[in-house]
Amino acid sequence: MSSAVLAAPVAGRAPAPRRFANAGWYALILPAFLLMTAIYVAPILQVLAISVTEPTVGLENYERLLTNAGVQRAIMTTLRIGLITTAIALCLGYVLAYVVALASPNAQRWWLLAVLVPLWISVLVRAFAWVTLLRRQGLVNQGLMSAGIIDAPLALVWNELGIIIGMVHYMVPYAVLPMLASMREIDPRLLAAARGLGATRFTVFRRVFFPLSAPGLAASGVRVFIFSLGFYITPAILGGGRTLMAAEWIKMQILDIVRWGMGAMLATVLVVAILTTLAVFSRVVNLKRLFGAGA
Amino acid sequence: MSAAHALSLVGLTKRYGSFTAVDDVSLDVTKGQFLTLLGPSGSGKTTILMAVAGFVAPSAGAILLDGRDITPVPPEKRDFGMVFQGYALFPHMTVAENLAFPLRVRGIDRAERDAKIRATLDLVQLSQFAERRPSQLSGGQQQRVALARALVFDPNLLLLDEPLSALDKKLRAELQDELKTLHRRIGRTFINVTHDQEEAMSLSDTVAILNHGKLIQIGAPDALYDRPRTRFVAGFLGKSNMISARVVERDGSEARLSAGGTTLVQRLNAGMVGDTVLLSLRPERIALLGGGETAANLVQGRVTAWSYLGAGHSLTVETADLGALRITLPTWRAPFAPAEGLVLRLGWPADAAAPVEDDGDE
Repeated sequence: MSSAVLAAPVAGRAPAPRRFANAGWYALILPAFLLMTAIYVAPILQVLAISVTEPTVGLENYERLLTNAGVQRAIMTTLRIGLITTAIALCLGYVLAYVVALASPNAQRWWLLAVLVPLWISVLVRAFAWVTLLRRQGLVNQGLMSAGIIDAPLALVWNELGIIIGMVHYMVPYAVLPMLASMREIDPRLLAAARGLGATRFTVFRRVFFPLSAPGLAASGVRVFIFSLGFYITPAILGGGRTLMAAEWIKMQILDIVRWGMGAMLATVLVVAILTTLAVFSRVVNLKRLFGAGA
Repeated sequence: MSAAHALSLVGLTKRYGSFTAVDDVSLDVTKGQFLTLLGPSGSGKTTILMAVAGFVAPSAGAILLDGRDITPVPPEKRDFGMVFQGYALFPHMTVAENLAFPLRVRGIDRAERDAKIRATLDLVQLSQFAERRPSQLSGGQQQRVALARALVFDPNLLLLDEPLSALDKKLRAELQDELKTLHRRIGRTFINVTHDQEEAMSLSDTVAILNHGKLIQIGAPDALYDRPRTRFVAGFLGKSNMISARVVERDGSEARLSAGGTTLVQRLNAGMVGDTVLLSLRPERIALLGGGETAANLVQGRVTAWSYLGAGHSLTVETADLGALRITLPTWRAPFAPAEGLVLRLGWPADAAAPVEDDGDE
């Protein structure tokens, strides 16, 4: 197949040598393009199709968005957990990125390693590790009890709190990286100049450092929020089946009660929500550039 | 505008580990003076400026403002205006907001702030650019904004860290003139750092020459140029011929020196008979002698290289005893078209050369 594709431009007209060259380069990405189409785009389109054809043709499944309490609860839970996770991951990530950005080059390497190591550990392992730490007889509860701080174990897991703890832990590295990139772009002389002009350290942060790092903060926020919407394993394990987020609700519809149409409908809503968030975000970024924050 | 202030450095020293960036530098800047710290890279000039600004804590010594020790005062409390290398304008603020920044942090109310911003932008002729962002300005305009931002809050001192280094030659000359005019108009104390000796000489009342963290010589530009203390100063400020000679006879303030087979007459205050002295002789102090003319010092040599500089000629003349001498002649005084191999008679008076200390640096 690829040889036919490569041969096609060669057979083309001679007076367009530029096109020749480009066609050759495009041919190189063709395998990847076909792979993506076959195993990614096509199934998504199929999901979209199922959502309007099962069990009958029409927008019946989407109507349930307005009437079905179960799907509404799953969506609200997902949004709530997503927003809380994003907020906490951004706060922790910002502080971490700030410390890393201002550290010496040598210390930066170690910090970065510490930030990245969790990314290399399977999400499954991390979720179970949190269960071990947070369950009633877990390290945290036992530690607090033996220290006499609490009398009865706290419900730290198999609820929304557990999900948020696990998701924040997963998302912090993703929050740190874009913010660190934008903080590293800030010329340290600007901070020195601001102090030389009479600003206290706090004012330097508020009036110079923070506004200049804001594009990275926005990028991290969108990234973490979008990731949060699609979380599956972490809420499934740390939520203990009591708190349903969108992904788990979809799995339940399709695998447990075999209502393909409803599952596909929410999956489509999720994809549209993510694309909408991205579209809105890209406008915000353009505005930022327009205002010269990134210049 | 507020009165000018005086600054003194007393035994200022900065060590980084075993490396001494600034080595026991003491100097005084009087009120309203324009001082330039001049030296090659690594001479410690920027470290001194950063210590004055409060960004570098000295390892030893003190910084005094009008006699008051300000060494432990943090930068934001010193009230010094500073123009950074590369300007360090805030990219997310307009020109007016950049200027408002130091006023805002001082809690100056809006009406006064606006008046000061307008007056300062007028001073640097940028009034029409108040609402622009720094990225929308040319290099020269950015430099003037940086200057305006450093002046808008009536600082005690103005510190300039290689303020003109990022500009092209023509613009640099223009801004040099502007900076000089500005200094005269506002009468503040300016401290400038540069590695450009021409800039230092044309801008400053006083130049401090630094090398390897040490203060080598401080004085008015013409004093440094005419009477360099060491070989390094002579070579760093302009060009110089170095002549090594032995004192053979002293007669009051003049001495007879011998260099190879040539006898020189030189005004000399120190040095005993038998001592070897090093003389710095500026190329423009050597005259080309016609047939009947004579001078206290006479040598003959052969032209080995020359270049035409528009206003003058620069010639290298190889002599038997003094080595290669570089001379510059105004074009209108050169009675010939220079050519290789041309034999010339050169002469200079007894006070043309300056004895210098040999500090081993070219």
